[in-house]
Amino acid sequence: MNEPLLYEISAPGRRGASLPALDVPETAIPAAWQRDELPLPEVAEVDLVRHYVRLSQKNFSVDTGFYPLGSCTMKYNPKINEAAARLPGLAQIHPLQDEETVQGALRLMYELQQMLSEVGGFAATTLQPSAGAHGELTGVLMMRKYLYERGETQRVKILVPDSAHGTNPASTTMSGLEVIEIPSDRRGNVDLDALQANLDQTVVGLMLTNPNTLGLFDEHVLEVTRRVHAAGGLVYGDGANFNALVGICQPGALGFDVMHYNLHKTFSTPHGGGGPGAGAVGASAELAPYLPGPIVDRWDEPDGPRYGWRMPERSIGRVKSFWGNFGVLVRAYVYIRMLGAEGLRAVAENAVLNANYLQARLRGTYPIPYGERTCMHEFVAQGKLEGAPGVRALDIAKRLIDLGHAHPPTIYFPLIVPEALMIEPTETESRQTLDQFVADMLQIAEEARTQPDLLRQAPHVAPTRRLDEVRAAREPVLCYRL
Amino acid sequence: MNYIPNTDADRAAMLQAIGVGRVDELFHDVPMELRYPKLALPPAWSELDAQREMRALSDRNLDLNHASCFLGAGAYRHFIPSVVDFVISRSEFYTAYTPYQPEISQGTLQAIFEYQSMICALTGMEVANASHYDGATATAEAVIMALHVQHGDRRKVIVAPTLHPQYREVVRTYTQGMRLSIVGDETPGDGPGGLAGPEELAALCDDDTVALVVQVPDFLGGVVAPDRLRALADRVHRCGALLIAVANPIALGLLQPPGAWGADIVVGEGQALGNPLSFGGPYLGFFACRAEHVRRSSGRIVGQTVDLDGQRGFVLTLNTREQHIRRGKATSNICTNQSLNALAAAVYLAALGRQGLRQVAEQCYHKAHYAAAQIARLPGYTLLSGDFFHEFVVRCPRPVPDINRYLLHEWGIVGGYDLGRDYPSLAGHMLLCVTEVNSRQEIDQLAAALSQLDSSPAHVGQEVRR
Repeated sequence: MNEPLLYEISAPGRRGASLPALDVPETAIPAAWQRDELPLPEVAEVDLVRHYVRLSQKNFSVDTGFYPLGSCTMKYNPKINEAAARLPGLAQIHPLQDEETVQGALRLMYELQQMLSEVGGFAATTLQPSAGAHGELTGVLMMRKYLYERGETQRVKILVPDSAHGTNPASTTMSGLEVIEIPSDRRGNVDLDALQANLDQTVVGLMLTNPNTLGLFDEHVLEVTRRVHAAGGLVYGDGANFNALVGICQPGALGFDVMHYNLHKTFSTPHGGGGPGAGAVGASAELAPYLPGPIVDRWDEPDGPRYGWRMPERSIGRVKSFWGNFGVLVRAYVYIRMLGAEGLRAVAENAVLNANYLQARLRGTYPIPYGERTCMHEFVAQGKLEGAPGVRALDIAKRLIDLGHAHPPTIYFPLIVPEALMIEPTETESRQTLDQFVADMLQIAEEARTQPDLLRQAPHVAPTRRLDEVRAAREPVLCYRL
Repeated sequence: MNYIPNTDADRAAMLQAIGVGRVDELFHDVPMELRYPKLALPPAWSELDAQREMRALSDRNLDLNHASCFLGAGAYRHFIPSVVDFVISRSEFYTAYTPYQPEISQGTLQAIFEYQSMICALTGMEVANASHYDGATATAEAVIMALHVQHGDRRKVIVAPTLHPQYREVVRTYTQGMRLSIVGDETPGDGPGGLAGPEELAALCDDDTVALVVQVPDFLGGVVAPDRLRALADRVHRCGALLIAVANPIALGLLQPPGAWGADIVVGEGQALGNPLSFGGPYLGFFACRAEHVRRSSGRIVGQTVDLDGQRGFVLTLNTREQHIRRGKATSNICTNQSLNALAAAVYLAALGRQGLRQVAEQCYHKAHYAAAQIARLPGYTLLSGDFFHEFVVRCPRPVPDINRYLLHEWGIVGGYDLGRDYPSLAGHMLLCVTEVNSRQEIDQLAAALSQLDSSPAHVGQEVRR
């Protein structure tokens, strides 16, 4: 059933909130400044609440069920994190308050910088970027500036493997650099020969997602980073898949010079229906002076430590107003403090165990292109089933919606696997949940052969049926017409 | 506590299904010598520890429930109806991902469509996107979009000196690889501090100009009459450039929308719409433009369509612009928006409605003008602002940091922003902000405190009074 728009339940004169009467004398407002009309809806509080509660019930979410959306790390979002972020001393402070009045907030940020640097194996970390792609832009601009200040302005290319995240090429373009795509080899690693062929004096560096979007840890990662460095380039790490490695190894030790962390993936902060996230960036000692800032520093004084802002000396500049998505940082901080070093290692171990378990259980039914390898936190199967030629990955995804236990996997990504179904269970799912998913996927495979139209017409029991995306793009209706 | 449900028995059964003996065998691709580093992290907390420690950390900060506050400068304290936090605390909203599967994401999609509609209404624009990271990055994205509208063959971007200093910094950071020349913010003029106004900026506009960026009300709180802005827009358009307006959404409850005076792109910081100060984030950057430019805009956009049964539904649309389709050809790498913050903004706007938002804006205006009048009559203080909305500039008899320390320690008042940090010509000037949450009593107390400044000792390096 359709939920009416707010504008459709609006009636003149209704209010959903009230203000106290004005307690100061009025000052004349110039008539020429004023707008004639303000076409906002007018609704009562009760109608507003029902509207949004009904809308919320049309959403699938981590708190509703299993969400194995590949490369998105849809793990459980602990509730203590939400409570902490709403504490008045953390939510009700102004970003420009005097440093002495926000020492608690600054200490939290300082310790989070330190803890992220430690798990990543980096010298320093900035908390300013708001998302993974924002971190990528930050990192590429840092690499560019570092090399250009050494006079190497002939370096204009960034190498991006075809198994990298889709944002990597766009971040490169935004930085004014050129993208060179590097193919994968037969085992899903960076093709070393292709890499070598492109490594010359025009290369700023390589953007490497490891494990990559196939869910595979590059078997020659040390050789890859060594070769890039030997050619005078730098290595950027896309940390979107860090859930596989946290506590297992430090990317800094693998030879990465800069890396972003997705706090909304690895460190459990909720995705909010598409944000806010946080994309902290760690850097080696060489690159650390180029981090955006200000970052938090600590000075030891006779009466205890004092925390304050410091701009890294060769910074690329600010990438956001104020200091970062602080409310998100609070949640990530609590998460890391709750887990400690052993807990973080258990995260990666159980994430990888869960993914390999699903891969093993689905291997006989769904093609898995690199299925002979051990996967990391995710793997890519194919929605191409024997005996069901007319069924696509999309149909399988939509049929999963009908069965109601799980959000579909990421589909049609990575681009190098046709009919990709990218599955990432995360560590916060039990064996029972995974077994139910396997049962659903096997049932769908069977239905694909016996009742393909059931899949092609799916979903049948969702809040809407399949939506006409072509029409949405051809005849855009992007806001309510008053 | 690690939130992992599987037991040792589960793990044993799963390892058997996989065909390996131990979990660490799954990591054989990771170089042996680098596996399992000893991480120097503090010992793990229990949840009870976490509650205690986080409360203690929170108590180390002066929260604004315990102080009166006259600080704005890009982050604003406003009344937030309870219904806002109620809605964004629904975990069906906050634990969902970007709505990639529209059939089970109609809640998020319709809420964003409604948000876009209300942003269009506020700004007077035809289309709005699902939001950017904040006002500063939305401004940078607007500049980059203008560059693409001009097909990348113009190089000059004019920014007003009264555009938020941090926004100007972010524009420069974002565009450092694009060979642009960013000018205007060093240009002198007749404004407070001798800064350029619309006429001086218009004079810089030529056929190499990509866009001109103005803030309304500007960073110093100033309001420029719509006819002067219309003249600016005409001049910008005659040069073939775009006019980007960075607007305060609360002020738009009262002021003419930028669409009415000729802006091509309207962006701004949406925090003031129902989002707490939260030490600077997460906030949201709203982004709206004229329909002809929508295919060159960045960021997620929700559109209306129908399902197989002809029922109305909503989807992410125009995604051929996006990085996951075009990879290297995409002109923006935006993936994430600030969906939950945009939801808060939408709930806020709907709760207040057309009367309520206007009332908030008018109260901000009246209270700020009352405060300015009280301060202007104090000896030693001079009001520099002429026309303003809810922030104004005051020349002070002592260095601003000293005054702020005095206000904090003696009166428990968080004072204004020290403009000398960004504008050498405005050293000794304070930017004060007054909103509907500041009572007359607080304002009178501020004026009393400022009037007694001379009789107080210097306040350097003292403890904060809580």
